[in-house]
Amino acid sequence: MRVNFVLSEVATGLRRNLTMTVAMILTTAISLGLMGTGLLIAGMISDMKEIYYDKVQVSIFLADDVTDEQRSAIEAQLSDSPEVANYLYESKEEAYARFQQQFSQQPELVENTPPDALPESFRVELVNPERYEVIAAEFPNGQNGVDQVRDEGDFLDRLFSLLNGARNATIAVAVVQALAALLLISNTIQLAAFNRRNETNIMRLVGASRWYTQLPFILEAALAGLIGALLAVGGLVLTKVLFVDKTLAGPIKAGIIPPVDWGAIATIAPVIGAAGVGLAAVAAYVTLRLYVRL
Amino acid sequence: MIELQHVTKLYPASARPALDDVSTEIDKGEFVFLIGSSGSGKSTFLRLLLKEDDPTRGTVTVNGKTLNTMSKWQVPKLRRTMGCVFQDFRLLRNRTVSENVAFALEVINKPHRTIKRVVPEVLEMVGLEGKANRLPHELSGGEQQRVAIARAFVNRPLVLLADEPTGNLDPETSEGIMLLLERINRTGTTVIMATHDYHIVDSMRRRVIELNGGQITRDQTRGVYGVGR
Ligand SMILES: Nc1ncnc2c1ncn2[C@@H]1O[C@H](COP(=O)(O)OP(=O)(O)O)[C@@H](O)[C@H]1O
Ligand SMILES: [Mg+2]
Repeated sequence: MRVNFVLSEVATGLRRNLTMTVAMILTTAISLGLMGTGLLIAGMISDMKEIYYDKVQVSIFLADDVTDEQRSAIEAQLSDSPEVANYLYESKEEAYARFQQQFSQQPELVENTPPDALPESFRVELVNPERYEVIAAEFPNGQNGVDQVRDEGDFLDRLFSLLNGARNATIAVAVVQALAALLLISNTIQLAAFNRRNETNIMRLVGASRWYTQLPFILEAALAGLIGALLAVGGLVLTKVLFVDKTLAGPIKAGIIPPVDWGAIATIAPVIGAAGVGLAAVAAYVTLRLYVRL
Repeated sequence: MIELQHVTKLYPASARPALDDVSTEIDKGEFVFLIGSSGSGKSTFLRLLLKEDDPTRGTVTVNGKTLNTMSKWQVPKLRRTMGCVFQDFRLLRNRTVSENVAFALEVINKPHRTIKRVVPEVLEMVGLEGKANRLPHELSGGEQQRVAIARAFVNRPLVLLADEPTGNLDPETSEGIMLLLERINRTGTTVIMATHDYHIVDSMRRRVIELNGGQITRDQTRGVYGVGR
């Protein structure tokens, strides 16, 4: 196959309908960028789940005036309970140390918190995290030295359902955009095929294979897909540098949100590239098959 | 080498068939005029030989291959054994004369070396040496048709199909084109030419197949255009 010839056809084709090509590239870029964002959020969610979920599911905070007998009674009850998989005692000092570490980036907050402000607690891991109610019933608030029982999982569930919602919404918009991008690609290819119908007809008459006549169009779409993907990756990089690393710096350093690291973007970039090139090429091929008689 | 058996072609849009139960045979090396008034089915006849379209009924055979059952991906191979020329030349406007001819070899993946050697040879044969670097619009109609013939002949096809190749040319230029087609025919290439130019048909005295309303009404070995003209 004459590479020069095919490439010159591709270049001519892209130049000839510049407006359509630009629209096609931008739509593809937006769609792929959103897809990448969705993937990044998904990665973030699973990182966060690892950080949070395994740890505490139920916290039993003890009252300030808890007696040693009450504390041992609670501990005995926990170690006997079939619902409890594991538990951990955290003293006021340990709670304060952890607090200091967690908020080391916000020294004013640490300074303004007296060391004994944080309650001692039992951190309880349940056999079945859904059975929070049972534990809560066993340790009524404000009785027997228990101040409060809190379902940490409940908070996490709400947090993660929010994050999942954000991820799903992003991906849904990405899919709609992808649909628009595919239609634009199809349209551009039909237009390109129409513009070049003379050349293509002559090619067919002198015995060019279907593959030979279609390849320039498919490459054209694939190239546009690739450019779109590069723009999308560029967008992700900018989002990381200008938004995530700046606006979310505090919570990331505090360990509340995992950072978006370059590794994640480097992993997603080839996925976006392959999706852009692959979808565009397939869209072009299907268009030529269904709508264009070459 | 070319055979049509009870071939009928109906276009979806029209009630009257473009070809109506046509049977004929054309041997290797023959020169055949396909004549008849406009709309009589000449172009349809040629289109079926190129498998640009399929017959509604009947079978078309070219070089021993039945086109009806030929799969789509085999069509390019069939067309590489055939050259074709049209009234409107069908040249690539933005390519030079030699590029237009080379194009026919490029798309079938002929090596660069061969193309470089063969293109000037065939341009000389059609009398266009020295005009290799012109664009089609810098040529006369007759010269453009010579480029088209060079392109059709450059890979030595077994059959040359010509659909009213002189339709846009004056009689003198047409004569030159006919001499060229005759010369190509003498190399052993079968030539089938659709025309309604009776001067040409009468002066050449070759086989004439006359179509009328899609039916063959005459098939004469050394024919003239109109009986009793
Ligand atoms: N693509 C087409 N669709 C519908 N009818 C067609 C088509 N091509 C040709 N015809 C009809 O078929 C008949 C034969 O046409 P054609 O083979 O072009 O004749 P000729 O070349 O002898 O002038 C005409 O009546 C014409 O209108
Ligand atoms: Mg015609």
